[in-house]
Amino acid sequence: MLRQLGARDPLGLGLTARSEATAGREARILGAERVARSVCPYCAVGCGQLVYVRNERVIQIEGDPDSPISRGRLCPKGAASEQLVNSPLREYRVKYRRPYGTEWEDLSLDQAMDMIAERVIETRRRTWEEEDAEGRPLRRTMGIASLGGATLDDEENYLIKKLFTGLGVVQVENQARI
Amino acid sequence: MGSNMAECHPVGFQWVMEAKRRGATVIHVDPRYTRTSANASLYVPIRAGTDIAFLGGIVNYILQNGREFREYVTAYTNAATILREDFRDTEDLSGLFSGWDPEQGAYDPASWQYEGMVAKPAVGMREVTVPVGERDGHRGDEPEPEQDPTLEHPRCVFQILKRHFSRYTPEVVEQVCGVPAELFTRVAETLCQNSGRDRTTAFAYALGWTQHSVGVQNIRCAAIIQLLLGNIGRPGGGILALRGHASIQGSTDIPTLFDLLPGYLPMPHAHHHPDLDTYCRMDAPPGGYWGRMREYTVSLLRAYFGDHARADNDWGFGLLPRIDGDHSTYPTVLAMLDGRVKGFFLLGENPAVGSANSRLHRLAMAHLEWLVVRDLVEIESASFWRDAPEIASGELRTKEIPTEVFFLPAAAHAEKDGTFTNTQRLLQWHERAVEPRGDCRSELWFMYHLGRRIREKLAGSSDPRDQAILALTWDYPTRGPYQDPDAEAVLAEINGYGPSGPLSTFTELKDDGTTSCGCWIYCGCFAGGVNQAARKKPGREQSWVAPEWGWAWPANRRILYNRASADPQGRPWSERKRYIWWDATAGRWTGHDVADIKADMAPDYRPGPGARAEMLLRGDEPFVMQADGKAWLFAPAGLRDGPLPVHYEPHESPFDNPLYEQRANPARQRFERSENRTNRDRRRFPYVLTSYRLTEHHTAGGMSRFVPFLAELQPEMFCEVSPQLAAERQLVNGGWAVITTERSAIEARVLVTDRIKPLRVGGRTVHQIGVPWHWGNRGLARGSSANDVFPILLDPNVHIQETKAATCDIRPGRLPGKEA
Repeated sequence: MLRQLGARDPLGLGLTARSEATAGREARILGAERVARSVCPYCAVGCGQLVYVRNERVIQIEGDPDSPISRGRLCPKGAASEQLVNSPLREYRVKYRRPYGTEWEDLSLDQAMDMIAERVIETRRRTWEEEDAEGRPLRRTMGIASLGGATLDDEENYLIKKLFTGLGVVQVENQARI
Repeated sequence: MGSNMAECHPVGFQWVMEAKRRGATVIHVDPRYTRTSANASLYVPIRAGTDIAFLGGIVNYILQNGREFREYVTAYTNAATILREDFRDTEDLSGLFSGWDPEQGAYDPASWQYEGMVAKPAVGMREVTVPVGERDGHRGDEPEPEQDPTLEHPRCVFQILKRHFSRYTPEVVEQVCGVPAELFTRVAETLCQNSGRDRTTAFAYALGWTQHSVGVQNIRCAAIIQLLLGNIGRPGGGILALRGHASIQGSTDIPTLFDLLPGYLPMPHAHHHPDLDTYCRMDAPPGGYWGRMREYTVSLLRAYFGDHARADNDWGFGLLPRIDGDHSTYPTVLAMLDGRVKGFFLLGENPAVGSANSRLHRLAMAHLEWLVVRDLVEIESASFWRDAPEIASGELRTKEIPTEVFFLPAAAHAEKDGTFTNTQRLLQWHERAVEPRGDCRSELWFMYHLGRRIREKLAGSSDPRDQAILALTWDYPTRGPYQDPDAEAVLAEINGYGPSGPLSTFTELKDDGTTSCGCWIYCGCFAGGVNQAARKKPGREQSWVAPEWGWAWPANRRILYNRASADPQGRPWSERKRYIWWDATAGRWTGHDVADIKADMAPDYRPGPGARAEMLLRGDEPFVMQADGKAWLFAPAGLRDGPLPVHYEPHESPFDNPLYEQRANPARQRFERSENRTNRDRRRFPYVLTSYRLTEHHTAGGMSRFVPFLAELQPEMFCEVSPQLAAERQLVNGGWAVITTERSAIEARVLVTDRIKPLRVGGRTVHQIGVPWHWGNRGLARGSSANDVFPILLDPNVHIQETKAATCDIRPGRLPGKEA
């Protein structure tokens, strides 16, 4: 306390809070090459985020003081979102489980995309409903469904709905109902 | 009410604290005492599932004491409108409205209509909640609904409302909700004192109101209060939905939902919508902005199908698939369990943890032929075939599960460009900071390239089945190392184009094929070819409304129905609450926001012959989406469970309905089967169970249980019980308990706390138990999924599950096989 008063640092937030260990520390955003302006991906408040990048890697995510919504603040989840991007548990490769299989197998992204396209076409062919029992048009498949969208961008939701509508997939749903 | 804002929307809550510092009264009504309660001026504990009894009590308090904002109510709501003679209220029919068909288990809503006019709702299942009559409109050549501006006519909405809510006295509130009458009266009186010309009151809610078999009616009841008190369309007023995902609003506006097309256009129904004319005639009232539904729809069809949408093929309306029932999440998963759904895409959602009766979802996925999971981490829904609790218990065997599973790693928000639409309808652009690594890709990339591959494989097909997919416009410019579609090009398509480039606002849309628009309410977000959602002028450099940060739909309007912030003559209701007002000299509306009425429509404007859409409404009618320009205290159409809110007990409740013979919502959706039994025996399941979220976790945990800091902050599944319940069931703080329902059993650490108080209801004590629902069997923090014990039991209007009020039993100990 005396040291704080003597150093004109009554709140203990300035130099008097420094120790040998902290003197050697650097700001986490030091050396950032660029900053992207982003929005928190968790709840729907929409807090502004500043994403700091060095060597093509996200090194830190902080609140954006310019945002009239959040004024620079982030909650524990928003403040941890650098770890969301760089989580040690994040997956970077396609994984494939064959029918009745007991293990994941490797598969190239290209092959996975091709197989998924084939599955959609084949299932759609088998389950297509052109019209109902009274002859009214249906033009759809009830053999395929999709779930998810509330964590995604508007543009992504637009393409999801557009493609599935074109394919006749009507069982398209997201988190809004749960 | 129905929200723990301080913990679930902490950064939004800073504004509540700011308001409190400036003298606002903050009231928190909730079964649990939380950090929101701790920061409130007044905390009111309530029995879960009794919100309508509480809110109905407030309506009654206002009406019995003449506390309504009379001028606002008379001018801007349907209080004066007279109902048909054959309408019968719940007062007359022991808790049912007229039109109930016990065989169909559904209402015929014909008798709820206005005298002299058939009104159509702005949203909802329009075609099934409006009787098909000869008079299906408003104004123009149609007769006006009958009115009594004195509000004295016994069949006018105001009198019907008064009678309907007359039994919701403070004593009844105490009897039903467990809230002492004088505490309730304090709340009601505070609301009344803080409303009127000079003051406004806001309601904030979240899933605590929606996840009920009466979810929609909970919010309807708040709307009635806010309209009676004049708190809609005015600064500091409103009913604020605090939504829980970054773009859950966006994914509702541009819907990944079965019953909607973009901009709340209904998905065509096989029985009701054979062609575009019938679709528009059945679903669009002539008056108000829905009177332009044909322009919105033709422009959408042009955005979807380009030159394949032409005048000579009904603008491609026939290319759209049809719905013919409830195809929402839960009926779909039941169809999956029965083997009717073969293929399933999971795009950033984890139903093995996050959906009610999550155990049933895991069992259902084991019936799929193929499953595509796109997520950041290997969530429970991706790995159920090898490590679900049912594998451990032997109910499922890996080698017997036929499901082919593709796990595709997704890109994180910092790895893609795009917009989120937040809970206040604000579109905010986020920039890509880095490219995603490895096989990680955005959903934009996935959908675009999946569509491209399917179209290439089907190219040249003459099968009628393939007409629509081949007719789609699907030629987006790509960029970067992975040929990512350009998100701005997609946003520009959503905004729409006219003959001279990007459109500025939805009133420019045409039904002659000259405009295209992917979502009419978003028209203007790319006005002038500029990404308006990317505007980031610092808040401190602009007005308190901050109109130059992002872009709010529609038309960058920050408060909806803001015409109601001025009186019928266009003057602010008070200096203190000025927001928009009529400038007679300039002949325009002016103020802090974009006016929610045609900018040059004078307050004394009256529609003449030949007027259509918004020009059919008068200059003093603020509710521009409504057929009659009025806010609906009484909803003559649009709802499946009645035109007014009614207190029904939750499907699972320890009590009978003290108010009516009808116990629970008669129209609730039930799916009784062996995998989804509901609790009937009140002695076996005597306690109320309610689920909730924590600050440190997010929904089903895919974005938090796998993040080290967050997993460390909230490492373990727990339940909250009162000291009294702990004593009754020998539960020990920090020990284990098993919670049981007809669905399943889960285990949790016990948190014995005064935060959750036993209530006196109907002369006896009721205990409530709170459970967070974030955990699953994977990630850094693991535990039982609370959703395992909740049933699939739905609100009939929006098909949301009742997970905020169920019943259960609780015992000390652990699940079999988990004992130490």
